[in-house]
Amino acid sequence: MNWLLVLVGAAVGAPLRYLTDRAVHARVGFGFPWGTLTVNVGGCALLGLLTAVAPPDVRLLLGTGLCGALSTYSTFSFETLKLAQNGSRGAALGNVALSLGAGLAAVYAGAGVGRAIWG
Amino acid sequence: MTTREPVLRGQGRVVAAVSAGGVLGAGARYGAGLLWPTAGDAFPWTTLGVNALGCAAIGVVLVVLTEGRRTPHPLLRPFLVTGILGGFTTFSTYAVDGQRLFDHGLPGRALLYLGGTLLAALAAVWAAASATRAVLLARSERARAAGGGVAGGADGRGVAE
Repeated sequence: MNWLLVLVGAAVGAPLRYLTDRAVHARVGFGFPWGTLTVNVGGCALLGLLTAVAPPDVRLLLGTGLCGALSTYSTFSFETLKLAQNGSRGAALGNVALSLGAGLAAVYAGAGVGRAIWG
Repeated sequence: MTTREPVLRGQGRVVAAVSAGGVLGAGARYGAGLLWPTAGDAFPWTTLGVNALGCAAIGVVLVVLTEGRRTPHPLLRPFLVTGILGGFTTFSTYAVDGQRLFDHGLPGRALLYLGGTLLAALAAVWAAASATRAVLLARSERARAAGGGVAGGADGRGVAE
Protein backbone atom coordinates (compact mmCIF):
# COMPACT_ATOMS: atom_id res chain seq x y z
CA MET A 1 0.00 0.00 0.00
CA ASN A 2 2.83 2.40 0.88
CA TRP A 3 4.46 1.75 -2.48
CA LEU A 4 1.20 2.45 -4.28
CA LEU A 5 0.84 5.82 -2.53
CA VAL A 6 4.37 6.88 -3.49
CA LEU A 7 4.04 5.73 -7.09
CA VAL A 8 0.64 7.37 -7.62
CA GLY A 9 1.99 10.64 -6.19
CA ALA A 10 5.00 10.46 -8.49
CA ALA A 11 2.83 9.70 -11.55
CA VAL A 12 1.24 13.13 -10.98
CA GLY A 13 4.27 15.03 -9.63
CA ALA A 14 6.65 14.39 -12.54
CA PRO A 15 4.31 15.59 -15.32
CA LEU A 16 3.27 18.50 -13.11
CA ARG A 17 6.95 19.55 -13.09
CA TYR A 18 7.19 19.18 -16.86
CA LEU A 19 4.04 21.22 -17.52
CA THR A 20 4.90 23.91 -14.95
CA ASP A 21 8.34 24.27 -16.53
CA ARG A 22 6.73 24.72 -19.97
CA ALA A 23 4.19 27.21 -18.65
CA VAL A 24 6.87 29.28 -16.89
CA HIS A 25 9.20 29.31 -19.89
CA ALA A 26 6.36 30.23 -22.25
CA ARG A 27 6.06 33.41 -20.17
CA VAL A 28 9.64 34.34 -19.33
CA GLY A 29 11.75 32.71 -22.07
CA PHE A 30 14.76 30.41 -21.60
CA GLY A 31 17.47 32.72 -20.27
CA PHE A 32 17.31 31.59 -16.64
CA PRO A 33 15.94 28.30 -15.24
CA TRP A 34 12.87 29.88 -13.61
CA GLY A 35 10.77 26.78 -14.32
CA THR A 36 12.92 24.44 -12.21
CA LEU A 37 13.21 27.10 -9.52
CA THR A 38 9.41 27.36 -9.41
CA VAL A 39 8.77 23.62 -9.01
CA ASN A 40 11.58 23.23 -6.49
CA VAL A 41 10.43 26.09 -4.28
CA GLY A 42 6.79 24.98 -4.63
CA GLY A 43 7.76 21.41 -3.73
CA CYS A 44 9.69 22.69 -0.69
CA ALA A 45 6.71 24.70 0.58
CA LEU A 46 4.30 21.79 0.22
CA LEU A 47 6.71 19.25 1.74
CA GLY A 48 7.45 21.61 4.64
CA LEU A 49 3.72 21.83 5.33
CA LEU A 50 3.14 18.07 5.01
CA THR A 51 6.12 17.15 7.20
CA ALA A 52 4.81 19.46 9.93
CA VAL A 53 1.16 18.40 10.03
CA ALA A 54 0.15 15.57 7.67
CA PRO A 55 -0.48 11.93 8.70
CA PRO A 56 1.94 9.26 7.32
CA ASP A 57 -0.27 8.10 4.42
CA VAL A 58 -0.69 11.63 3.11
CA ARG A 59 3.04 12.24 3.51
CA LEU A 60 3.80 9.18 1.37
CA LEU A 61 1.33 10.16 -1.36
CA LEU A 62 1.92 13.91 -1.53
CA GLY A 63 5.36 14.16 0.11
CA THR A 64 7.60 11.26 -0.97
CA GLY A 65 5.59 10.71 -4.15
CA LEU A 66 4.28 14.03 -5.44
CA CYS A 67 6.76 16.54 -3.95
CA GLY A 68 9.70 14.18 -4.52
CA ALA A 69 8.87 13.86 -8.22
CA LEU A 70 7.77 17.50 -8.59
CA SER A 71 11.12 18.81 -7.34
CA THR A 72 14.41 17.82 -8.92
CA TYR A 73 18.10 18.03 -8.09
CA SER A 74 19.44 16.60 -11.35
CA THR A 75 17.90 19.25 -13.61
CA PHE A 76 18.82 21.97 -11.10
CA SER A 77 22.50 20.99 -11.17
CA PHE A 78 22.59 20.43 -14.94
CA GLU A 79 21.07 23.85 -15.60
CA THR A 80 23.50 25.44 -13.15
CA LEU A 81 26.42 23.79 -14.93
CA LYS A 82 25.09 24.95 -18.32
CA LEU A 83 24.83 28.55 -17.11
CA ALA A 84 28.42 28.43 -15.80
CA GLN A 85 29.77 26.86 -19.00
CA ASN A 86 27.94 29.39 -21.19
CA GLY A 87 29.80 32.17 -19.43
CA SER A 88 26.96 33.24 -17.11
CA ARG A 89 28.78 32.50 -13.86
CA GLY A 90 26.81 35.16 -12.03
CA ALA A 91 23.54 33.60 -13.15
CA ALA A 92 24.80 30.13 -12.13
CA LEU A 93 25.69 31.44 -8.68
CA GLY A 94 22.38 33.29 -8.50
CA ASN A 95 20.50 30.10 -9.38
CA VAL A 96 22.24 28.22 -6.55
CA ALA A 97 21.72 31.00 -4.00
CA LEU A 98 18.10 31.57 -4.99
CA SER A 99 17.22 27.85 -5.06
CA LEU A 100 18.76 27.20 -1.64
CA GLY A 101 17.57 30.40 -0.01
CA ALA A 102 14.03 30.32 -1.38
CA GLY A 103 13.81 26.53 -0.96
CA LEU A 104 14.69 26.64 2.76
CA ALA A 105 12.51 29.69 3.34
CA ALA A 106 9.63 27.87 1.63
CA VAL A 107 10.08 24.81 3.88
CA TYR A 108 9.80 26.97 7.01
CA ALA A 109 6.92 29.02 5.56
CA GLY A 110 5.04 25.84 4.62
CA ALA A 111 5.56 24.37 8.09
CA GLY A 112 4.45 27.65 9.69
CA VAL A 113 1.28 27.88 7.60
CA GLY A 114 0.50 24.22 8.30
CA ARG A 115 0.87 24.63 12.07
CA ALA A 116 -1.15 27.85 12.04
CA ILE A 117 -4.07 26.19 10.27
CA TRP A 118 -3.99 22.56 11.48
CA GLY A 119 -1.57 22.71 14.43
CA MET B 1 7.92 38.79 -24.32
CA THR B 2 8.27 35.64 -26.39
CA THR B 3 5.54 34.13 -28.49
CA ARG B 4 3.58 31.82 -26.25
CA GLU B 5 3.53 28.19 -27.21
CA PRO B 6 0.48 26.31 -26.05
CA VAL B 7 1.44 24.57 -22.80
CA LEU B 8 -0.85 21.55 -23.02
CA ARG B 9 -1.76 21.00 -26.65
CA GLY B 10 -0.14 17.96 -28.26
CA GLN B 11 1.64 16.99 -25.04
CA GLY B 12 -0.26 13.77 -24.28
CA ARG B 13 2.48 11.31 -25.24
CA VAL B 14 5.24 13.33 -23.61
CA VAL B 15 3.21 13.71 -20.40
CA ALA B 16 2.63 9.94 -20.35
CA ALA B 17 6.37 9.28 -20.86
CA VAL B 18 7.32 11.74 -18.09
CA SER B 19 4.75 10.21 -15.74
CA ALA B 20 5.90 6.63 -16.40
CA GLY B 21 9.54 7.64 -15.92
CA GLY B 22 8.67 9.59 -12.79
CA VAL B 23 7.03 6.49 -11.28
CA LEU B 24 10.18 4.42 -11.91
CA GLY B 25 12.54 7.10 -10.60
CA ALA B 26 10.51 7.85 -7.49
CA GLY B 27 10.09 4.12 -6.85
CA ALA B 28 13.87 3.69 -6.94
CA ARG B 29 14.31 6.64 -4.54
CA TYR B 30 11.68 5.26 -2.15
CA GLY B 31 13.30 1.82 -2.32
CA ALA B 32 16.69 3.32 -1.48
CA GLY B 33 15.11 5.05 1.53
CA LEU B 34 13.68 1.73 2.75
CA LEU B 35 17.02 -0.06 2.27
CA TRP B 36 19.06 2.67 3.96
CA PRO B 37 16.73 4.60 6.29
CA THR B 38 17.93 7.79 7.95
CA ALA B 39 17.17 8.41 11.63
CA GLY B 40 15.85 11.82 12.71
CA ASP B 41 19.11 13.55 13.51
CA ALA B 42 21.48 11.40 11.41
CA PHE B 43 23.33 12.70 8.37
CA PRO B 44 21.01 12.02 5.36
CA TRP B 45 23.47 9.93 3.36
CA THR B 46 20.74 8.19 1.34
CA THR B 47 19.22 11.38 -0.08
CA LEU B 48 22.71 12.76 -0.72
CA GLY B 49 23.69 9.57 -2.56
CA VAL B 50 20.47 9.49 -4.59
CA ASN B 51 20.88 13.12 -5.64
CA ALA B 52 24.59 12.79 -6.50
CA LEU B 53 23.95 9.60 -8.49
CA GLY B 54 21.07 11.22 -10.37
CA CYS B 55 23.27 14.22 -11.19
CA ALA B 56 26.04 11.99 -12.57
CA ALA B 57 23.44 10.16 -14.66
CA ILE B 58 21.93 13.34 -16.09
CA GLY B 59 25.42 14.49 -17.09
CA VAL B 60 25.95 11.32 -19.12
CA VAL B 61 22.45 11.02 -20.57
CA LEU B 62 21.91 14.63 -21.63
CA VAL B 63 25.31 14.90 -23.31
CA VAL B 64 24.69 11.66 -25.24
CA LEU B 65 21.16 12.74 -26.23
CA THR B 66 22.01 16.30 -27.24
CA GLU B 67 25.59 15.98 -28.55
CA GLY B 68 25.71 12.40 -29.82
CA ARG B 69 25.61 11.69 -33.54
CA ARG B 70 22.24 9.97 -33.57
CA THR B 71 18.97 11.80 -33.26
CA PRO B 72 17.23 10.22 -30.28
CA HIS B 73 13.60 9.17 -30.28
CA PRO B 74 11.56 12.24 -29.25
CA LEU B 75 10.17 10.48 -26.16
CA LEU B 76 13.55 9.28 -24.88
CA ARG B 77 14.56 12.52 -23.18
CA PRO B 78 11.16 13.09 -21.50
CA PHE B 79 11.17 9.49 -20.24
CA LEU B 80 14.80 9.19 -19.10
CA VAL B 81 15.67 12.71 -18.00
CA THR B 82 12.47 14.55 -17.08
CA GLY B 83 10.78 11.35 -15.87
CA ILE B 84 13.25 8.87 -14.34
CA LEU B 85 16.02 11.21 -13.22
CA GLY B 86 13.64 14.01 -12.26
CA GLY B 87 11.56 11.57 -10.21
CA PHE B 88 14.64 9.94 -8.68
CA THR B 89 16.33 13.12 -7.47
CA THR B 90 14.58 15.52 -5.14
CA PHE B 91 15.11 19.07 -4.03
CA SER B 92 12.24 19.22 -1.54
CA THR B 93 13.45 16.30 0.61
CA TYR B 94 16.94 17.82 0.55
CA ALA B 95 15.63 21.13 1.93
CA VAL B 96 13.41 19.42 4.53
CA ASP B 97 16.37 17.24 5.61
CA GLY B 98 18.29 20.47 6.19
CA GLN B 99 15.40 21.94 8.19
CA ARG B 100 15.19 18.79 10.34
CA LEU B 101 18.88 18.97 11.23
CA PHE B 102 18.56 22.67 12.13
CA ASP B 103 15.51 21.85 14.27
CA HIS B 104 17.45 19.09 16.05
CA GLY B 105 19.92 21.78 17.12
CA LEU B 106 22.61 20.60 14.70
CA PRO B 107 23.34 23.65 12.52
CA GLY B 108 26.85 22.42 11.69
CA ARG B 109 25.53 19.10 10.39
CA ALA B 110 22.74 20.90 8.50
CA LEU B 111 25.18 23.22 6.73
CA LEU B 112 27.58 20.35 6.03
CA TYR B 113 24.71 18.38 4.48
CA LEU B 114 23.31 21.28 2.44
CA GLY B 115 26.74 22.36 1.18
CA GLY B 116 28.03 18.80 0.76
CA THR B 117 25.08 17.76 -1.39
CA LEU B 118 25.44 20.87 -3.53
CA LEU B 119 29.17 20.27 -4.10
CA ALA B 120 28.73 16.53 -4.71
CA ALA B 121 25.88 17.19 -7.17
CA LEU B 122 27.71 19.88 -9.14
CA ALA B 123 30.97 17.87 -9.18
CA ALA B 124 29.07 14.76 -10.32
CA VAL B 125 27.22 16.49 -13.17
CA TRP B 126 30.38 18.32 -14.30
CA ALA B 127 32.62 15.23 -14.20
CA ALA B 128 30.03 13.01 -15.89
CA ALA B 129 29.25 15.53 -18.65
CA SER B 130 32.95 16.23 -19.31
CA ALA B 131 33.89 12.54 -19.41
CA THR B 132 30.97 11.72 -21.72
CA ARG B 133 31.84 14.62 -24.03
CA ALA B 134 35.47 13.39 -24.18
CA VAL B 135 34.33 9.85 -25.07
CA LEU B 136 32.01 11.15 -27.82
CA LEU B 137 34.79 13.31 -29.23
CA ALA B 138 37.32 10.47 -29.23
CA ARG B 139 34.78 8.23 -30.97
CA SER B 140 33.96 10.69 -33.69
CA GLU B 141 37.67 11.32 -34.31
CA ARG B 142 38.36 7.61 -34.52
CA ALA B 143 35.45 7.29 -36.92
CA ARG B 144 36.82 10.12 -39.05
CA ALA B 145 40.30 8.56 -39.05
CA ALA B 146 38.83 5.20 -40.09
CA GLY B 147 37.41 7.41 -42.73
CA GLY B 148 36.51 7.55 -46.36
CA GLY B 149 33.41 9.56 -45.56
CA VAL B 150 31.93 6.59 -43.71
CA ALA B 151 31.92 6.75 -39.95
CA GLY B 152 31.82 3.48 -38.04
CA GLY B 153 29.39 3.47 -35.15
CA ALA B 154 30.24 1.84 -31.83
CA ASP B 155 28.03 -1.04 -32.83
CA GLY B 156 30.14 -1.67 -35.92
CA ARG B 157 27.54 -0.53 -38.41
CA GLY B 158 28.73 2.10 -40.83
CA VAL B 159 26.86 5.38 -40.88
CA ALA B 160 27.10 7.36 -44.09
CA GLU B 161 27.81 11.02 -43.41
